[in-house]
Amino acid sequence: MGQRKLFAHEIEERLDQMLLLKLRQRSPKEAATQLEAVPREHQECLLRWVGIAAQSSNELGWLIAVQGAEHAAELGDRLAGLARAGLDGFDRGGLEAARAALADAARVLRKNAIPAPQRVSFADIEARLGCVLQALHGRPLRLAVGARTWTDGETLWLPESLALAPDAGGNRRLYTQLAVMLWAQARFGSFNVDPEPELAQWDDRERALAWYALFEAMRLEARLVDELPGLARDIRALRGPWPEELVAAAADLARPAATAADSLRWVAERRRVGAGETPKFLHVGAMDPVAARRLRAARIARDSATLRRALNILRANDPHSRGGAGDESHPPLAAEGDTVPADLQAGDVQGLPPDAQAAAQSLAQDLDVIPPEILKPAGPGAWQPEERDEGESAVAAVTGKPDAVYDEWDYRRVAWRRDWCHLYETEGPAGEDAWVDEVRSRHAHLIRSIRRRFEALRGEDKAERRQLDGEEIDLDAQVEARADRKSGSEPSPRLFIHRRQIERSLAVMFMVDMSGSTKGWVNDAERESLVLLCEAIEALGDRYAIYGFSGWTRTRCDIYRIKTFDERYDAATRRRIAGIEARDYTRMGVAVRHLSHLLHGQNARHKLLVTLSDGRPDDHGDEYRGRYGIEDTRRALLEAREKGIRSYCVTIDRHGADYLPQLYGPAHYSVIDDAKKLPSKLAEIYRKLTA
Amino acid sequence: MNSAKTVTLATPLTRATEEPYYHVVGDEVEVFAAAAQSRLPVMLKGPTGCGKTRFVEHMAWKLGRPLVTVACHDDLTTADLVGRYLIAGDETLWLDGPLTAAVRAGAICYLDEIVEARKDTTVVIHPLTDSRRALPVEKHGEYLAAHADFMLVISYNPGYQSVLKEMKPSTRQRFVALDFDYPDAALEARIVAHEGGVDEATAQKLVKLGGLTRKLKGAGLDEGAGTRLLVHAAQLIARGMNPVVACTAAIARPLADEPDTRNALDDLIAAVF
Ligand SMILES: Nc1ncnc2c1ncn2[C@@H]1O[C@H](COP(=O)(O)OP(=O)(O)OP(=O)(O)O)[C@@H](O)[C@H]1O
Ligand SMILES: [Mg+2]
Repeated sequence: MGQRKLFAHEIEERLDQMLLLKLRQRSPKEAATQLEAVPREHQECLLRWVGIAAQSSNELGWLIAVQGAEHAAELGDRLAGLARAGLDGFDRGGLEAARAALADAARVLRKNAIPAPQRVSFADIEARLGCVLQALHGRPLRLAVGARTWTDGETLWLPESLALAPDAGGNRRLYTQLAVMLWAQARFGSFNVDPEPELAQWDDRERALAWYALFEAMRLEARLVDELPGLARDIRALRGPWPEELVAAAADLARPAATAADSLRWVAERRRVGAGETPKFLHVGAMDPVAARRLRAARIARDSATLRRALNILRANDPHSRGGAGDESHPPLAAEGDTVPADLQAGDVQGLPPDAQAAAQSLAQDLDVIPPEILKPAGPGAWQPEERDEGESAVAAVTGKPDAVYDEWDYRRVAWRRDWCHLYETEGPAGEDAWVDEVRSRHAHLIRSIRRRFEALRGEDKAERRQLDGEEIDLDAQVEARADRKSGSEPSPRLFIHRRQIERSLAVMFMVDMSGSTKGWVNDAERESLVLLCEAIEALGDRYAIYGFSGWTRTRCDIYRIKTFDERYDAATRRRIAGIEARDYTRMGVAVRHLSHLLHGQNARHKLLVTLSDGRPDDHGDEYRGRYGIEDTRRALLEAREKGIRSYCVTIDRHGADYLPQLYGPAHYSVIDDAKKLPSKLAEIYRKLTA
Repeated sequence: MNSAKTVTLATPLTRATEEPYYHVVGDEVEVFAAAAQSRLPVMLKGPTGCGKTRFVEHMAWKLGRPLVTVACHDDLTTADLVGRYLIAGDETLWLDGPLTAAVRAGAICYLDEIVEARKDTTVVIHPLTDSRRALPVEKHGEYLAAHADFMLVISYNPGYQSVLKEMKPSTRQRFVALDFDYPDAALEARIVAHEGGVDEATAQKLVKLGGLTRKLKGAGLDEGAGTRLLVHAAQLIARGMNPVVACTAAIARPLADEPDTRNALDDLIAAVF
């Protein structure tokens, strides 16, 4: 990035900020000293990942900081791989697993750090693979680096890098083959049978699993011949002919009717004939039914809770319901067990909110039927609308009278919470001049090309006909004048066309996410894109404003003025752009309401609200997280729309954003999976939107 | 207007002699025919390349009416639609625009992508689309009542669109609307095979690929591949071009500029063929 390196004390400070090390009496000195030596890009990379890890656990952040710093010099841009391995380990089995995964990854990565021109790393290919899988699956699948290549049906774990094929193209294809084979497990029912009874009969469980994986790969490959013949052909070429003794199995499993149970049958057959070493094939990953089951159990627990909560709310809102939450006079639950599931099976799921519907669907996929116990009304754990309200006000120190208060939409009550959000508007802090200059000079080329494209937009002049003066002759007017003259009447002297610059009459509000999660690259990308965009919009002459938003509970919603509609794009504005920083949380609804209110006051025919954020709405405490925040934000956008304001949301989210269609409607958002692309992408989006 | 002498030159209107190939997808034919009988204007909504233009051509043939198609663009003025004066030698002649010609002769006038046209052009169609059914040709000093067979059809792609180009409710609410979407896979394969001159198996692969790209809408692509792109690829394949090369040129490249998406499309093409 050509920026100066961070000094050790700066690194210490940032680590301390993220991990609260002083409080915990830990010294980041050693890590900071190690990190001081590596390029800024790598420093920022590690700090960013530490920040991400710290959102799950400070301790995990610390582990990654220490391990990363120790290996930073050797690993270079593979640091991200190390951090990801740590995060995945943590997801799998907490801190212990994270520690082990980090050690493993450090070893493997160091070995791989020996340059091999054909090597393709996960980071190189992630976005591309994600796109391929999105096309196959119809919704995003999570991709992650794992010690083994396997899937639990929700996440695909892939190697950190591949250098098996002699050229990069071959390794890229191998990644695709591995990923598609894993996707096929979910698509063609590998998880529909329980392999445990068979596995239990083996002494060597790992070997049994390897055979199972191989037979499933045979079956799935045959399925792919119909679905994706080109890919199936590649796989066949890669693996060569099946060994003689497996040809019969391969033929059997290629039958269209073959299922995972047939693969298990062949595993049993192997056991009977006394299976030797499993032949190795590059495209065959591992199977881990135990881990898959654990993740499945977690998923079921999560979905059950969601569904249960939704049902409770449904009942609580229904005065005729016999099972309202907290209704203590109510007879034992068993009485309902029989009736409620029947209701639900009858298609009641449709009446549930989307997250509960998705949970029900996912449960049905996992379990075939939704177990009746989930459908019984909850006992004491039922949702209490007010339960979080006190805790929350204790957190937020209210400072003075708010500049405005806004209602918030509570989808659970299907009602407004009146004057719920306290909004404070302040001027954004000034940052460094040098930063803006640096961005402008680094992107000089891009700025020039965006400006040129924008100028072309403005170039669409409007021709005003029948003018007294102008650049062109108005032929229609000339003809008429001639006809008039002939017939003896007075011809009009308005014979010219004047080209006037088109009046775009457009006011645009940019709403920038300043929540804590944007810290690091996302924040940099936001600021850089704003600089680029401003340079470009200046060429167009549109009216625009920039505001940042963040906050900490409903009593402390902050809006920062970066550029008002009336301010010019001058040095002070640029300093405020530089000063945009990651702060607290993302209570989005109130920000949309306030900014669309400001935008509404503008005298322009078209009004556009562009939001720039890095993920779903969220606030302190888990109330605003999830569905509540999404519904409130959606409501706020609908209100804006009623005021004649169109909104467009740009989201930077590496793992796709399945909640966006619900939040923004299908046509008015885009997801950017890589913050680096934001600057050029944003300008392009703006151009398209207003062309 | 008190011009000395005007002669009306009608834009020549032609009727299709052969039945344009169109595969019926739902109840669009009945709805359109009923609207034609009731003299109601029709709006076709749907993504690009899904058969809207073809459908209108087909219906014009079926109803035995001439068809005038205007592809709207941002330089299209009212005069381009309604008509203008020309000078020929010493004479001043009036030339009907395509819309006026259709109104006069009882043709179907199809305004493709109406939102692309300048704002003032939508105003001239308003009196044509309510009970007045008339076109004021101001320049020519004429208030032209529409021929009984005149029918106005517009198309509109509600997908990715500029905020400056939304259709006003006062315009939208004058039309009977038909939703167009990509036909289901089996039907689309038959269309692609027929139009592109390829065998069923190749057509099915093309449709499969098309379906994959459509799942990328909003996640890399503004819009997936329409039937038109699939037909284009089929036509290249029918000329003996390698399918992968044909699909790259006719489908992947027109769809995406962004490297990750381009590469992913290449991967998908390789996977399907
Ligand atoms: N139902 C159908 N029957 C026959 N051909 C079809 C059908 N649907 C699509 N096609 C084929 O798709 C091609 C594109 O269709 P058409 O030109 O009508 O698209 P369109 O909807 O008008 O697109 P645009 O919005 O870009 O103008 C046609 O040339 C035709 O080959
Ligand atoms: Mg068309």
